Amino acid sequence: MSALSLLLSLAYLGLAFLAPGALANLFGLGALAAAAFLRLSPNLRTLNLALLTLAFTVGLVRSGNTLGLIGLVGILVALTTLPRVPTWIRAALGLAILLISVPLAGFANTFVFELGIQIGIYAAMALGLNVVVGMAGLLDLGYAAFFAVGAYTWAIFGSQQAKNFMAGNFPLPGEYIYPFMLIAIATTALTGLLIGLPALRLRGDYLAIVTLGLGEVVRILANNLDHPINFTNGPQGITPIQRPPIDWFRELMAAMGVRLDQTTDYQLFFYLLVLLMIGLVVLVNVNLANSRFGRAWVAIREDEIAARSMGIPLLPTKLLAFMTGAAFSGVMGVIFAAQRTFVSPESFTLLASITILGMVILGGMGSIPGAILGAAALTILNLDVLKTFSEFVRTSLPQIPSQVDPAKYERLVFGLILVLMMIFRPEGLIPEKRHKAEMEEA
Amino acid sequence: MLEQILALLPQVIFDGFVLGFVYAMVALGYTMVYGVLELINFAHSEIFMIGAVVGVEVFRYLAPHVGNGFLLLLLALLLGGAIAGLTAILVERFAYRPLRKRGTTNRLVPLITAIGVSFILQDLVRLIEGLWHNEFFLRMRTVEDLEGSVSLFGGAIFAQTKSFVLMGVSILMLLGLTYLVNRTKLGVAIRAVAQDLSTASLMGIDPDRIISRTFLIGGSLGGVAGVLFALQYTTITPYVGFLPGLKAFTAAVLGGIGNIPGAMLGGLVLGQLENFFGTYLPILTNGNFGTEYKDVVAFLILILILLLRPQGLLGQVVKEKV
Repeated sequence: MSALSLLLSLAYLGLAFLAPGALANLFGLGALAAAAFLRLSPNLRTLNLALLTLAFTVGLVRSGNTLGLIGLVGILVALTTLPRVPTWIRAALGLAILLISVPLAGFANTFVFELGIQIGIYAAMALGLNVVVGMAGLLDLGYAAFFAVGAYTWAIFGSQQAKNFMAGNFPLPGEYIYPFMLIAIATTALTGLLIGLPALRLRGDYLAIVTLGLGEVVRILANNLDHPINFTNGPQGITPIQRPPIDWFRELMAAMGVRLDQTTDYQLFFYLLVLLMIGLVVLVNVNLANSRFGRAWVAIREDEIAARSMGIPLLPTKLLAFMTGAAFSGVMGVIFAAQRTFVSPESFTLLASITILGMVILGGMGSIPGAILGAAALTILNLDVLKTFSEFVRTSLPQIPSQVDPAKYERLVFGLILVLMMIFRPEGLIPEKRHKAEMEEA
Repeated sequence: MLEQILALLPQVIFDGFVLGFVYAMVALGYTMVYGVLELINFAHSEIFMIGAVVGVEVFRYLAPHVGNGFLLLLLALLLGGAIAGLTAILVERFAYRPLRKRGTTNRLVPLITAIGVSFILQDLVRLIEGLWHNEFFLRMRTVEDLEGSVSLFGGAIFAQTKSFVLMGVSILMLLGLTYLVNRTKLGVAIRAVAQDLSTASLMGIDPDRIISRTFLIGGSLGGVAGVLFALQYTTITPYVGFLPGLKAFTAAVLGGIGNIPGAMLGGLVLGQLENFFGTYLPILTNGNFGTEYKDVVAFLILILILLLRPQGLLGQVVKEKV
């Protein structure tokens, strides 16, 4: 058993060197499954994971095939969930993947950076929604609305747009993005308060429909507030939006011996920025989960009436969860606007809200590694797997009508994920302990 | 400005009724399912959409063969109602029943499932239309018999035959449903299950069968509403159900969710309000706020009702049980 697994990992390492590509990476995923699921001694498993990390990195650098990224995500999941792996190994391998493997792969294939940034933005939002849905049990179907508020906060002032309604020197210079992240926390938390005050008095299922409606309202406003005064520039969206200046970052990287060109410099910067944000968000999440508020949220989720009789003030506690989730989303909105240099109402539809919800559900409501895994899985599925499949259909099966383009069917895929998860594994792929108990109790 | 408003008023009220009857029929599907399962069946807006798509297809394929427009519409209504009702049964059987059998107490689980089902149905219809016609923006074929128009009250109201047909069919369906729920054995069983599922099952009622029938009835009403909607508003896509569905739910809440006459009343009231704001908002604000904001008005109404009178116009206050 142990010999087999080790052999597989070594074989993949060889393949990644000699014949990198989709087939080799598929083989690598098999080797990873063997390393994760076979009965191995902890030391051997650790060795296997380290070998595979190296092999996936080599595979990515040499071929740019994005299946390798799935492998790296898989290793990260294995590192967070498998028992009896020494903590320093988990930390070292995890950091190596995030800080060395992915950037190296990104230089080889810039699409990996794009994927990494998108995964990061969605992961941070999934963690925010996780506070609302997972911890406090409040089903928010309009979460993208907060993302929109955050994105537009920076988009309007970081572009010519603000000139339409106030005097001043716009666009604001790129450095202002950092204070604007704080401002976005304030504006989105305030939006959360305004929406939450009426909505959170309602029972759970009404809350879902009201947030659904309010998500639509924000989108309608973004679409139509180009008249009488042009705030949002309507359906055309706002562009160009200022990015933060990164001269200091280029110099820092040059001092470390990393040569950056015109495209990779911002990609690496945003990738690292997003990683930093996730680190912060996870920290806040963990601390909240174990705080007085976190316990109060779980109590409300489990039984509202019991929680109230234990002296938990329902409305303020729920509001706090709602506003915390909103604030996470708002910060990521600012980063999203700057990274894309373009925002439009198209990015903040119901589909976006449900995508983020799908990430939380897939990973497991209330589970922090789950939310990140969910974000990685759905983003890769959406941006990479479905697109590749589309490409395949277009080139290999021309008799299929052009409207049947798999990349356009994300709703079908997300819908199936939601329904199948709810029927077969409502506690998610990486369940949170308390949630698991609750779902199984029945 | 007042003159302009008054001159438009009869037309606004007439169009409001047309829209209101569509909402009323869709709202019934929400309210009946909520009555028996306490579930907001998000997928109902897609059942409505399926009815509309079936209506378009029937008109597309049968219009050249069936000379009489009314007969054609009857066929479309029958087929649309049947397929929509059947889809609703399938959804209940394969998505909601497994959850019920497992006995999850978590209220979010069925709700999330319902959203998932709704997304699946949207794209399934898109897939079918894509394979069939390689397009999913559908236009209802116009049939002369139904397009004829009259002016009423000296030109104050311009009305098409199909609008009268829509109202007529809706009224018949609503009367039929009222009879079915109040006067038949099935109706008694549905009301019994809605009142208390476990006690009803002790009285010899098979709850699964009744729930299935409820989905069938609500689904076919939604399908019929969809066909009429397609006839009236003509442009149909797989995503056309979302907004009317959300508004019909608002109507159900407005009338008092779980309450059948309430859903009808709520639908009519909401249709009037929406049409009223949709027409007059641009006039009152000099075009600064256009018709697009009528959807915002509908949601504001929903929030206001839930805050001020959560039991709705005709509903009764229910104490939350521990």
